[in-house]
This record gives sequence, C-alpha cells and structure tokens, in this order.
Amino acid sequence: MSKGGIILKGLVKDNPTFVLVLGMCPTLGTTTSAINGFGMGVATMFVLILSNIFISLVAGGIPDKVRIPCYIVIIASFVTILQLVMQAFVPSMYEVLGLFIPLIVVNCIVLGRAEAFANKNGVLDSACDGLGVGLGFTCALTLIGLVREILGSGSAFGFKFMEGDGILAFVLAPGAFFVLAYLMVIFRKLTGNL
Amino acid sequence: MAVESSFKNMVLRLSEVCLVCSALLGLVYGVTKAPIEAAAVAKTNAAISSVVPAFDNTPSGEVFKVGLSEGDSLTVYPASSGGVPVGFAVESNTNRGFSGTVKVMVGFDIEGNICGTSVISHSETPGLGAKMTDPSFYEQFKGKNPSSFKLTVKKDGGDIDAITAATISSRAYADALSRAYAVFQSITCKSECNE
Repeated sequence: MSKGGIILKGLVKDNPTFVLVLGMCPTLGTTTSAINGFGMGVATMFVLILSNIFISLVAGGIPDKVRIPCYIVIIASFVTILQLVMQAFVPSMYEVLGLFIPLIVVNCIVLGRAEAFANKNGVLDSACDGLGVGLGFTCALTLIGLVREILGSGSAFGFKFMEGDGILAFVLAPGAFFVLAYLMVIFRKLTGNL
Repeated sequence: MAVESSFKNMVLRLSEVCLVCSALLGLVYGVTKAPIEAAAVAKTNAAISSVVPAFDNTPSGEVFKVGLSEGDSLTVYPASSGGVPVGFAVESNTNRGFSGTVKVMVGFDIEGNICGTSVISHSETPGLGAKMTDPSFYEQFKGKNPSSFKLTVKKDGGDIDAITAATISSRAYADALSRAYAVFQSITCKSECNE
C-alpha cells in the first residue's frame, strides 16, 4: 500500500474513534471544548508516531513473550517525555490536559497500532500509520469537542457567539456520550460505501 | 518474530529496552527541568501581579508563611512599592471544592480590600464549577472589603453571587477567600502589635 493510502486508511477506514472505537477514556474525558480535544489529539499523535517508529525498529530483536512489556516501556517513556516537554513549553495546555496525558500510556490506540501494524511493517510505513491514525484521532476529538462546545457553552474554539450558558449537559459527561454516538452514526453513514 | 523467547533473551532484551528508555528520559528531564521551574515561577508571579496593587519588589523573594491552625498554613507574598508595603498576595486553598483542592491567589491592599483574585489550580467540573475562572464570577470581589462584604454565597446569607448550578464550587471559593482574609488579619494584627 502507498504511504498516502496508509495515512488515509487511519483517517477514515480505520478511524480510531468512530470505527475502531478505541481510546474512549480520553475521547470522552477531554473533549469539553474543541481546543482541548485538539490538544489531546495532537499529544496522542505525537506519542503514536514516535512509538510506532521506535517499535518498528526494535520489533525484530524482541522475543515474542516479552513484547508487550517492551512496548509499554517504550510508550510510557514517550508519554513521559511528552509530559515533561508540555509542562516546560506549553504550561497552559498542560494544565488542561495534565490529568489525561499519563493515560495515553494505556490508550488502546497506541498499543493497538504497535501490535497490529508497527511490529510487522517498516519504519516509514509505521510512521505513516501513526500519522494517519493520529490525525484520525485528532479530527474526531476536535469535532466532538467542537460540537460539545457549541451546544454546551455557545462558543467555538473559545470564541463566544452566544450569550449565556447553552445546554450544560453537553459539557458534562453525558453530553460526551450523546455527541460521540451521533457523530459515529453520521460518520458511518457517510463513509459506509467508501 | 526473529528472536527466540529463551529466558536469557527475554531478560536481556527487556533490560536493554528499559536502559535505553531510562537514558532517554533522564536526558529529557535534564533539558526540561529549568523551563518547568521557570514556568511555575512565572505563573506564580503573573498571579501575584494580577491581584495586588502595582509593586516594585520581588514578592516571590520575600515570601513567608502564616499559620491558620495546627498544621495548616498559607503562603503570603508581600508587595511593596519603594519600600512601603502596598498589599499582600495570599496563596489560599480549600478542600471544600466539588472535586479536589482549589487554589486561589487572593490579593489585598493594605486596608484589607480585595484587589483581585485569581485561581491557580482547580479540578472543578468543566462548564459548571470551572466558571470560577470567568471574570463574571471573580470580578464581584474586586474592591470589596471582607469586613463589610460577607464572604458566603447568597444562599447561605452572604453577599456572593454563586455560579449557576455550582453552589459547592462557589462556597469553596468563598472558603478560600475567607481563609486568605483570616491570614491577612493575622498579619496586620501582628504588625500593629509590634508598633
């Protein structure tokens, strides 16, 4: 498959949120606004690309029985690096996402791609896969966050276009489930015959 | 997979991966340590300067702690201009929030009027309690003196307009402010007693 095909596959056909339904914890937890969703998506994409590259490099030398611990160590290291870098250079973003950053370690998407793709493919293909799936995740989270923000707080990307509060339920946990469910339906309808 | 899962191989490879990863982490930690500390200091300074009258000293260098009760103390950043004290920024906290500790920087001028308040950290519900960081909520404290402005929400007979659907968070904010004012009172009393 071509590099572009791999990226597109992660974005649409293997979209982690709407199709694979992986990584639901950060999806539901961080998407209170478009910008938070976007931040979480980019953070996960960063870890995904790096861990995919790294794992595809070392996969051949790792005995089968200890591969999961090895992957987790690698993923955890990149997550911690990300956490330190964010804390140092984008403290405001870190404050919003801080709680969810360590959780990227146990995000099924990252381990899932390591298991399903990176350990059987080359470095470049794995990087493309990480980019594609990461982009898919970022788009999905930004979209969910945007819808929740518009309905819940009457603003989009932080710009308020409506006075007052909006429908508070959409900013709270139940809203995350509603929005995710409807977007999933729409996404599957649109991409069903692709 | 290319490598056989023998005991020796497993121990060896897992150790190698751990070693490389920890070396990498150590490296990044070393690089980011200074910026992280600088960011924390910058944040505190920004919070201080947003809540007290204009000053020209470095409050974070003259910090002291004031005890409220046994094992409970708040950090105070004194602000002065040309050597004359102009106010105090009190880093207050409360555990009465809806979820977790709420930390608020509260600034008083020398008469005890609240010059400003600024939330340092909280984990209140987004869209509800988290509105404590909105100007529409915290602006109501500006210029108020807690000796005449009762620091409890209106529901409890006080003067604070609570955040809609977030009375607990509003109460927590009020609690943090009251604690800061108690500290302010104990500071001013102390200086009067010295005179």
